[in-house]
Amino acid sequence: MKKKAVTLFLAITSLVLVLVGCSGGADEGSASQDEKTIEFMHLWPEGSSAQHHKIIEDIVADFESNNEGVNVEVEVLSNEQYKDKMKVLSTSNELPDVGMTWAAGYLEPYVEGNKFASLDDVLEGGLQDSFVSGTTEAYAIDGTTYGLPLELNVAPIYYNKSIFEENGLEVPQTYEEFKQVVATLEENGVEPIALGNKDRWTGSLWYMYFADRIGGPEALTEAIDGNGSFEEPAFVEAAAKIQELADMNAFNAGYNGLSDQEAKSMFMSGQAAMYMIGTWDLPNYTTNEDVPQDFRDSVGYFKFPTVNGQGDQSSFVGGPGVGLFVAENSDVKAEAKDFVSFFVEQWGERSVQDAGVIPATKVDAESMDLPQMYVDVLNDLNNASNITLFADVQMSPDAAEVHLNQIQALFGGEITPEEFAEAHQEAMSSEE
Amino acid sequence: MNKVMSNKWMIAFYVLPALILVGILIFIPLGLSAYYGLMDWNGIGDMEFIGMENYITAVQDMKFWDSAFHSFLLAFFSTLSLIVYLAISMILASKIKGADLLRKIYLIPMLLSSVAIAQLWIKVFNPSNGILNKMLMGLGVDNPPAWLANPDIVLYAIFIPILWQYAGFYILIYYAALKNIPESLIEAAKIDGASPLQIAYRIKLPLIAGVVKVTIVLAIVGSLKYFDLIYVMTGGGPNGASEVMASYMYKLAFSTNDFGYGSAIGFLLLVITLIVTVIVRKLTADKEELQY
Repeated sequence: MKKKAVTLFLAITSLVLVLVGCSGGADEGSASQDEKTIEFMHLWPEGSSAQHHKIIEDIVADFESNNEGVNVEVEVLSNEQYKDKMKVLSTSNELPDVGMTWAAGYLEPYVEGNKFASLDDVLEGGLQDSFVSGTTEAYAIDGTTYGLPLELNVAPIYYNKSIFEENGLEVPQTYEEFKQVVATLEENGVEPIALGNKDRWTGSLWYMYFADRIGGPEALTEAIDGNGSFEEPAFVEAAAKIQELADMNAFNAGYNGLSDQEAKSMFMSGQAAMYMIGTWDLPNYTTNEDVPQDFRDSVGYFKFPTVNGQGDQSSFVGGPGVGLFVAENSDVKAEAKDFVSFFVEQWGERSVQDAGVIPATKVDAESMDLPQMYVDVLNDLNNASNITLFADVQMSPDAAEVHLNQIQALFGGEITPEEFAEAHQEAMSSEE
Repeated sequence: MNKVMSNKWMIAFYVLPALILVGILIFIPLGLSAYYGLMDWNGIGDMEFIGMENYITAVQDMKFWDSAFHSFLLAFFSTLSLIVYLAISMILASKIKGADLLRKIYLIPMLLSSVAIAQLWIKVFNPSNGILNKMLMGLGVDNPPAWLANPDIVLYAIFIPILWQYAGFYILIYYAALKNIPESLIEAAKIDGASPLQIAYRIKLPLIAGVVKVTIVLAIVGSLKYFDLIYVMTGGGPNGASEVMASYMYKLAFSTNDFGYGSAIGFLLLVITLIVTVIVRKLTADKEELQY
């Protein structure tokens, strides 16, 4: 009888242990009563983004020393894992107090689900003026801002000056000249453009520029928000231009199966003459010591050419990168808002100087010791007539998926420009 | 202890912890995904009950059926490749020189993680710098195909590393089964004048039939729910040309924020796999069990 009791006891204990094991860990993080803890999740791990990581550490340390009794608990994940974790945390209503978000389409479900706090009160009182115009708007839904942008990127075409020189080429100003450049390079056995279209948004950049030059700066945005149509001739022509380039073998072989990373390595090893990517890549062409000096010296950039004499070269495709959000159900909301406002104030100059980020806050390029390419980009940004937000960010996730798949099909020659336009219009109209 | 184990309540208590774990980690999520499949839900906001709508959409969704077709193609080729693995194991199990070394070589892919294999084969398939196209160009092929970019080829190109990845696993299973056959049977057959082919086909194969059946089910089920290499190597592209059921499900739930629909596809994937398993088991069911 005694033996039985012991066994019973053991069985129950193990059962309890199993149950405790399943539910454990939920409350461990809570601090003592008078100390407040802000949970902060970001996506710049020390390994892959050392400088970003360092700046964040410094800002957090400064904030903690300025604010007695407030702790910032930092959690770091890499990009894709970060996105997955955001999903999981938001389903269980456990978002960190402060975290990073992307603009427009990414933000929308979180705002609809009432997960992010309005940051209008943070922007009031002067902070709004320190942002480059158009950047906070990308984080606004129905006039309320839910994120404070940290970066602003546009996509120019980078080119290899030594390859251009060897082939006697000049920087093209018009699409006709651009085609000439492509044809010459192709004839001389150099891959003209490195493109990794497995990632799809890379090809989308090219399409967006054609749409911008042919249809005007507002056309794409209007077509996406339903005030225009993707079946306008301008969009069909833009799609046709993509196929024209593809037929000229302007892009490296097998671009639809290559990642952006692979395309980049082709450009950086001198196998391709041109490469379009966001200004987030500037460090690779200026300050990054891991890239050979003579390659960095031979990289320049130019703005997307005009097409058929139309379009404004200082109209860019780009947009703010990540921004900071404050969770709606945070129990330290006031402190979290102080933190994000402190963060963006500190971020601007430090990030451009130490990490080569083009920040979304205004900085004085002249007063800093920056590589020439940075000064040029910052000047171009100041003189930009328009920045069209990346199409896949502007669209809802469903429409973006259609757009990105269609981009691959268009580049691969599986569909005609008309079918491309039709599929887009269909996706947009099913949104309503 | 015997006394304890004869008590039914005690048995229940011992089984309970494991049962609870399996329930929490497997069956509850299964039920939940069937339930989420009935919802319109973006994974973040509020759920809205929409009945069978997601399942009806799925049945009419050509992209889903395309991906299902790709999964079944993979299942077909995996099953077919078992014949090759079986032949290799027969050779390895007969006493040839270096069988030990060869067995280890075949097993190596199994020791690599899927992502490492994917990265390796991405390099092999690289259209301008990959070893495969370099070799083809060396042999005088002018325009070797862009393996992962051409929608007509990509699926078959990606099957190669998938099959390669699991070759070692099946060879190991067959090898172990073949080694279990008593030597005396083989010798008796030899004395009766059977040729090596006859021994393989008439004696060895029937004796490991049970194992072969298990591997067929494993290969088919594994193929139907396959995800890793496809996700890393092409992400289902270009334009869905290499999409399989599991990668389509992932895409719906995580990139288009359609958790409800994604869950419905996930549940359909389970149902399809279950049905196929039952059919395969019925087809391979035995009338008589052979014994050594």
